[in-house]
Amino acid sequence: MNRMQPSADSTQAIAESDAIAVERTLAGDRDAYRVLVERHSHNVFRLAYRMTGNRHDAEEVVQEAFLRGYQKLGQFAARANFGTWVYRIAANYAIDRMRQRQKEESRREAPRVQDADGIENDPLNRVKDEAPTPERLTQSLELRKQMEQALAALSDAERTAFVMRHWEGCGIEEIAGVLKSSSNATKNTVFRAVQKLRRALQPIVGTRTQARAMGTES
Amino acid sequence: MKHLKEEELIAYREGVAEQRAAISEHLAACEECRGELQRIEAVLAALDTLPVPEPGADYGRQVWKEIAPRLADKPGRWWQVWLEPRRLVAAGAVMALIVAAFVAGRFTKRDGTGDNIASKEQVRERILVVAVGEHLGHSERMLIELSNEAPNDPKQKQVDISAEQRRAEDLLQENRLYRQTALQEGDAGLASVLDELERVLLDVAHSPGEVTPAQLETIRKKIQVRGILFKVRVVSKELQQRQEATKPAPAQNESTKRERNKV
Repeated sequence: MNRMQPSADSTQAIAESDAIAVERTLAGDRDAYRVLVERHSHNVFRLAYRMTGNRHDAEEVVQEAFLRGYQKLGQFAARANFGTWVYRIAANYAIDRMRQRQKEESRREAPRVQDADGIENDPLNRVKDEAPTPERLTQSLELRKQMEQALAALSDAERTAFVMRHWEGCGIEEIAGVLKSSSNATKNTVFRAVQKLRRALQPIVGTRTQARAMGTES
Repeated sequence: MKHLKEEELIAYREGVAEQRAAISEHLAACEECRGELQRIEAVLAALDTLPVPEPGADYGRQVWKEIAPRLADKPGRWWQVWLEPRRLVAAGAVMALIVAAFVAGRFTKRDGTGDNIASKEQVRERILVVAVGEHLGHSERMLIELSNEAPNDPKQKQVDISAEQRRAEDLLQENRLYRQTALQEGDAGLASVLDELERVLLDVAHSPGEVTPAQLETIRKKIQVRGILFKVRVVSKELQQRQEATKPAPAQNESTKRERNKV
């Protein structure tokens, strides 16, 4: 899991500081909300990007989540953790956005000209110790494409459950809250997601792992 | 030995297994299940290489800048749920329908023959077509001006694009509204172009107010690569044609009616 796990003390301190900012915002100090936005934007962006798969939609999800959070802040008052709450709003909106995007894509005739995120997201950029030969570049891009397709092939609930559990380290109860589902059903959704990803990717990942072991991959 | 099910291994790997200790114990003793777990981990490890772009150190500030003008002075109370944007959009759509019905009714009363009745849909479509047409015109002008920006002096290190940036911020808000409306209306083609325009507007709105000539060139190239100006012009032309097509025919005057009655 990639989510940075802060220490219990710092989590407590942030939650307390968030609670004060929420109180001040509710009392009419609009700038207090700025603190919350600046503090939680990165985390919400990461979740949104992984759920929607592109930067443009992720940025829209982040903005919408904080706007909705502000509008509904009166309903939040009794809750303890603003970060978790806004996360949940973002996940819900991201599900809506994904559904809307699917409708758009199915209606669209011409393929998209170019992905907005371009080459900066290439997994090769993160592998600095291995030379990017044309073969490696092709294979990495192909693998990335396959992984993105496998993630896109998951249902909205499966993708949400997988992103929130595997990458964001959210608790099953928290995910169940977003999916409006029971804990057991949510665990099953996580299982189905991983199972589907495995079926789709293991043949490719397995071949690459074998090739690396035999030293045939450049 | 009874091997672990895939479900148990995945639950164990994802930290949601109920009998964690028993699974650990089994894994310690069973090579086959360890191998199976490794294969699951290899897939998950590959997925972990999918990168998430870093939005930048000042991303939080950018988000605040985007949303601050749209926040009310005080956050919402329970009754303000009814003032949420999506509910307002729905209310707006209903209002537009009422206005359209009113306008259509007026046409019907004036004419009285059943000819030249502007249907509610036509009036509604015209409202959208005119508003989006204007929006595209403003966007096109802003992008052309931005493309033509150049330093006054060749030695100048920064080019001021703050005026275009502010306009892009305003246009971005409008664009989102029109894109969502186009989607609700089932106009996928228009929604698609507005979606692409939104990406360009987002880039410009997020640029610094002053850029180096090299940064300006990058923005220009992005505009060119996406061919957005061309697409905007094509859609604007199309909208003009739609506007013409949905215009109600001029009301018949008495003499034309008399002429027709003679036939």
